Amino acid sequence: MTTRYTATAKALHWTMAILIFGLLALGFYMHDLPLSPEKLQLYSWHKWAGVSAFLLVLVRLAWRVTHRPPPLPATMPVALRLAAHAGHLLLYVLMLAIPLSGWLMSSAKGFQTVWFGVLPIPDLLDKNKEVGDLLQSVHMTLNLVFSLVIAGHIGAALKHHFIDRDDILTRMLPAHAKEK
Amino acid sequence: MKRFVSVLVLAAALPVAAHALEFNQVQADKSSIAFVYKQMNVAVDGKFKRFSSQLSFDPAKPAAARATFDVDLASVDTGAAEGDQEVAGKPWFNTKVFPTAKFVSTGVKPLGGNKYEVTGQLSIKGKTQDVVVPATFTAQGNSGVFDGSFTIRRADFSIGEGQWAKFDIVANDVVIKFRITANASK
Repeated sequence: MTTRYTATAKALHWTMAILIFGLLALGFYMHDLPLSPEKLQLYSWHKWAGVSAFLLVLVRLAWRVTHRPPPLPATMPVALRLAAHAGHLLLYVLMLAIPLSGWLMSSAKGFQTVWFGVLPIPDLLDKNKEVGDLLQSVHMTLNLVFSLVIAGHIGAALKHHFIDRDDILTRMLPAHAKEK
Repeated sequence: MKRFVSVLVLAAALPVAAHALEFNQVQADKSSIAFVYKQMNVAVDGKFKRFSSQLSFDPAKPAAARATFDVDLASVDTGAAEGDQEVAGKPWFNTKVFPTAKFVSTGVKPLGGNKYEVTGQLSIKGKTQDVVVPATFTAQGNSGVFDGSFTIRRADFSIGEGQWAKFDIVANDVVIKFRITANASK
């Protein structure tokens, strides 16, 4: 059985990692800015990147379903395996739920999302201030949870590498493919 | 034949008789003034919550019609609280100095059917422009509805100065849409 991720899975993982870090940083930065043309521009970019991330996670899920990821090391205790699977599941759920909440929030606030300023994403909700404010809190809370789970994800990968000294981290690294 | 002609005359006279009403009681709760503009190519709408208007319109004498609107610019609803605050501020409406936008009609021209062309002067932020407003009028009994929209360029009124003066984020064109319901006085 293979112990490596496919090159496609790695590419998707790292593209999304960069995209998600950018989205989180931009999101936390922009919402406190005073209103300005730059702020409106950053919001549009954030929404375009968010739609892109959502589409990428769909591709990634399709890939994952058709390409079994390498198994966890046999040395891992059952509780930790369960935690690892639960953590990954949570990451996928959040990667879907966060862009959806952002999209719905934009609809409810009356600012339609138009991907790269070209492709309009339909508004699923009518303009409604209360619903918009509620979805804003939902989007914010999900992102705080997401940040924590990502921190856990990175912490776990580092623990595998430096403490358990297994290949969990390296098998996701791009360099690994060249070594083979 | 004579009878036929008299029926025709009667039929021709009827609409005039039916329209010999002057619509001049504006129903604020059934009237709205809204706007649509493009933000990075995406249409965004808003509205004004408070305005007052006086109008008189007799479908039989459209040329004699008159309309005046005073829009309380501080009542702007952009869909976001920070937007409302921003737009009331100095670079946009500067509502402290220029609290109202005013429209005064100068003429009404019937275009056939229920279509009319209203010309008038629009004053916002100390600047006055001539505008041409296409409108339709639909009457149901005692109640008449004026619907229409026209496009202004915000730069003509210095709406959005300084960092907002460029049109790459907030477009120059703003579509003003209105629906005014007025009842006829007896």
